[in-house]
Amino acid sequence: MKQWIAFWSILAKDMRFYYLKPPNISWGLVFPLAWTAMFFIKSGEGLESIRALLPGVVALSVLFGTTSMLAVTVTFEKKGRSFERLLLAPIPLEVLVLAKTSGALLFGIANGFVPVLMAAFLTDLAGIHWPTVVVAIVLIAAGSTFLGLFIAVSVSEVFEAQTFSNFFRFPMVFLCGLFFPVEDLPVWLQPLSYALPLTYGADVLHAGFQQQGRMPLGLDFLMLGLFCLGLFLLSQRNIRKKWTV
Amino acid sequence: MIDDMRPVIEARGLVKHFGTVTAVAGIDFDVCRGELFGFLGPNGAGKTTTINLLIGLARPDRGSIHVAGIDCTGRLKAAQHLMGVVPDESNLYPELTGLENLCFCAALYGMPKPDREARARELLERFGLAEAAGRKFAGYSKGMKRKLTIAAGIIHRPAILFLDEPTTGIDVASARQIRQLIADLNRAGTTIFLTTHYIEEAERLCERIAFIVGGRIVRTDTVERLMEPVQERQVVEFALDGQVASVEPALRESFPELNLQVASGCLLRVISDRPVRIGPLVRFFEERGLEVGEVRKVRPTLEEVFVEITGIEAADVSCEKEKAGGVS
Repeated sequence: MKQWIAFWSILAKDMRFYYLKPPNISWGLVFPLAWTAMFFIKSGEGLESIRALLPGVVALSVLFGTTSMLAVTVTFEKKGRSFERLLLAPIPLEVLVLAKTSGALLFGIANGFVPVLMAAFLTDLAGIHWPTVVVAIVLIAAGSTFLGLFIAVSVSEVFEAQTFSNFFRFPMVFLCGLFFPVEDLPVWLQPLSYALPLTYGADVLHAGFQQQGRMPLGLDFLMLGLFCLGLFLLSQRNIRKKWTV
Repeated sequence: MIDDMRPVIEARGLVKHFGTVTAVAGIDFDVCRGELFGFLGPNGAGKTTTINLLIGLARPDRGSIHVAGIDCTGRLKAAQHLMGVVPDESNLYPELTGLENLCFCAALYGMPKPDREARARELLERFGLAEAAGRKFAGYSKGMKRKLTIAAGIIHRPAILFLDEPTTGIDVASARQIRQLIADLNRAGTTIFLTTHYIEEAERLCERIAFIVGGRIVRTDTVERLMEPVQERQVVEFALDGQVASVEPALRESFPELNLQVASGCLLRVISDRPVRIGPLVRFFEERGLEVGEVRKVRPTLEEVFVEITGIEAADVSCEKEKAGGVS
């Protein structure tokens, strides 16, 4: 019960003071809108093409929203030493990590549905396999959140968090098969693509929105789950190593 | 529950290195239940590192820490229930109000909502911050920030409070208020581990003091026992209207039995184990054209003991005090 009180308080504080601030809400709206408009204009096709753009735009919205926010907020608290308050509290590190990541996770999930909501006003979304889409968004958000945590643990300045995030994000965007199939990549780059969590997330989104997944869904979910668990454990190990020196 | 028979804090053979720098070089000490224990040393002596080792923000390379009988290297989270921590810099959330900060800190210790709000309001009242309860922490003055940070440290009624340099860099009135609060907390039964480089503060507040220099404890004792060697010492200060240096050789020649210290250009300190006869000294100065503006007897202080034991010059300690804002 006591741990639940601490967990909920950390989550509520982060939601109120970081994620639900007007600039972040506008980021969650403007970013997907800009990406959708960009790809829509580039495609030169009608409104029916928007549905084909959804896997890419949803994945990018989730990826950029979660990794940026968590890495920046945690680094900000570390810099101001308020994070020490959390480390000194009698709550297990696992609970603390989950509380800090839950805000980013929810923010990422909400970001992921913004383009879907926008698309609902512009085109017909019939035939979409919603359970698959929802699970995909949650798993991509979880993976991206833990990636953000890994970044937050690795850096000490807020600007480093942004730079280091891009080091992971941009290669992932181009190699994950969102905008062109992995099979079209040079053979030597393909193994790298399969080592990225977003490759599996993108595949599930393609399957959910367009029924065009290239790998079995079970494999995608398994790989996403393993990436989430791996990043979570790696981040915890690094927190123990770096934040209690 | 804390076992009355055992020390509340037991540190044995603590060693901590940061790269090639040895911050703490094998220290041992005990803190008894209800005690106000001072950890005194210059900047960089290892005070903050020691406190970080005790509270779990740093891991010792060697040695053991037991808090209320709990092995902190293995069951830190169990011990953290008993600890309140006030770090050397206020580390509350700038975007939260005073009340929200305290309620949040209480929630981290699992206090239910009605309890934490009542406790937060009680502490805001006690620390004279009730009127600022709804203001953001970022807008507080340094003294107010310090007080709220102490309030946050005791929000869950800890048995042991760790205070790291609690009065550094704040105004005289706030520092005095904070020292009073610390004394009140200790009287109410809270064990307090206080680090400071203000010697007068340690002397005024603490029952026992450990002197730490270069990561090593050079002496631990009660204030009374530390003061014993200087209690009988007579110290008289002469404030002159000119430089003491101009007459210093002649002065030492005329009064070989006295220990003379030039505290500053115009200030001479005379130390003796017997009563100091002021008349001959005043005449000596006047014959050499120096007017004595003021003569005062100085009570022996812990500073002298500190200087004798650690070998750190009083001037260096004063210099640190000035940098940090001084003690009133």
